[in-house]
Amino acid sequence: MQNSVLITSSIGKKLIMGLTGLFLVFFLVVHASINGCIWFNDEGKTFLYYAHFMGTNFLVHIAEVGLFGGLILHMVDGLLLWKQNRDARPVKYAYSNPSANSKWYSRSMGLLGTLILFFLIVHLRNFWGPNRLNQITTGEELNLFQLMQEDFSNLWMVVFYVAACFSLFWHLLHGFKSAFQSLGLNNVKYNKAIEIAGTAFAIIVPLVFALMPISFYFNLVH
Amino acid sequence: MKFNLKVWRQKNAQAQGKLVDYTIENIIPDMSFLEMVDVLNDNLVRKGEDPIAFDHDCREGICGMCSMYISGRAHGPHHAATTCQLYMRSFKDGDTIYVEPFRAGAFPIIKDLVTDRSAFDRIIAKGGFVSVNTGQAQDANNLPVDKADAEKAMDAAACIGCGACVAACPNSAAMLFVSAKISQLALLPQGGPERNNRAINMVNQMDEEGFGNCTNIGACEAECPKEIKLTNIARMNREYLVASLINE
Ligand code: HEM
Ligand code: SF4
Ligand code: FES
Repeated sequence: MQNSVLITSSIGKKLIMGLTGLFLVFFLVVHASINGCIWFNDEGKTFLYYAHFMGTNFLVHIAEVGLFGGLILHMVDGLLLWKQNRDARPVKYAYSNPSANSKWYSRSMGLLGTLILFFLIVHLRNFWGPNRLNQITTGEELNLFQLMQEDFSNLWMVVFYVAACFSLFWHLLHGFKSAFQSLGLNNVKYNKAIEIAGTAFAIIVPLVFALMPISFYFNLVH
Repeated sequence: MKFNLKVWRQKNAQAQGKLVDYTIENIIPDMSFLEMVDVLNDNLVRKGEDPIAFDHDCREGICGMCSMYISGRAHGPHHAATTCQLYMRSFKDGDTIYVEPFRAGAFPIIKDLVTDRSAFDRIIAKGGFVSVNTGQAQDANNLPVDKADAEKAMDAAACIGCGACVAACPNSAAMLFVSAKISQLALLPQGGPERNNRAINMVNQMDEEGFGNCTNIGACEAECPKEIKLTNIARMNREYLVASLINE
């Protein structure tokens, strides 16, 4: 018998990164679609309708547990990779020219991911945390639309959100197509399509997210 | 031509190494990088100093022995070339050139620029041995091989095991090398019988040797002297996944 440790081997870790990464990508699509409803300019009516569904539906709550699980797996595995890879070269080069053969953001996935993590902590504390707490204590949901209006009247909060979107942009610019390669889905027939889709996704989704706080700050949504 | 060299000198595996400055003159532009180091060593020997130890053998780009991390890149600034195929005309007169060994925990330094790359040999040995009886002329047609697969296998087989992929990779991952070896045999009928065991055994040995994990940065493909493709790594991922799921 040939033993393989699918989870802890080098390739097993890549598979986990790829699967959880694409899962998070899927989550971003859902998240961006629902939050994009603020631009209906109906005082958040459409947005709140879906937010209510996402906040109270039983199946969504189960999916939410899966989302946190996937995110934690992605982070733990990602940071483990980062540490092992750093340790794999105990003596560094005295002089190196890595930009000659690769992109800086491809080499900085751990850093970009950690920046996203900092953002997530603040972000969950702004919206998800208070809302769930209120649901548990009073059974009522908060008006997330109003909460956004309040939070995004603060210029620093807007700048922080936009900066986080840049981290996400670079993380996805490498991550999207990288996930396909990790899963072994590399085929000359589809590579170009995956690359274009990845670049488009990395630009569009963070841009949509960045425009939300900006729109609130300039009173473009009401 | 004249060059300022900063060369990594290290007595042995345990000693602390450091960059040492050398100046060299009267270098002919058409000398290879190794020949330039030969001239430098000749100067050092005449002065009674210890010559710089470095790996080399064929000096025609086919054996994979020559190494060196030159001016921040594995095998120097040339695309798809080994250090023996790098010529001094690729540099400018008066350039300062850094020369370091291939660095990775799995490639311990023996002396100066010589590293122990036998981790690769142990990975190869885990792949098992494929013996092919070529038989009579007509027997060549008895084992049909798809032309496209034959081409891909030949491309993968071009890997000379030099280790530039490991040296260039920010993660010190050996996946381009291992995937070339796994691909070469997985694509051909001769490699079929032990295909699954081979994928698992070689990957396990790669992990045991302490190489890093691939994060699809692509520096290996960019620096490989034999232009081994990243598609091989994707194939290895598939081979390993399938083998892990079905092997008993
Ligand atoms: C919504 C947030 C996130 C999304 C959509 C996302 C997406 C992705 C994707 C698609 C990949 C490529 C996977 C692969 O190469 O197989 C990736 C890689 C990576 N992620 Fe994330 N990620 C997110 C958050 C994070 C966080 C919070 C961290 C760490 C604290 C992190 C750390 C990493 C690291 C280190 C890698 C590189 C590993 C590799 O390329 O193999 N990510 N991410
Ligand atoms: S894959 Fe390329 S760089 Fe790596 S060992 Fe083989 S020939 Fe050298
Ligand atoms: S010495 Fe053989 S490849 Fe360079």
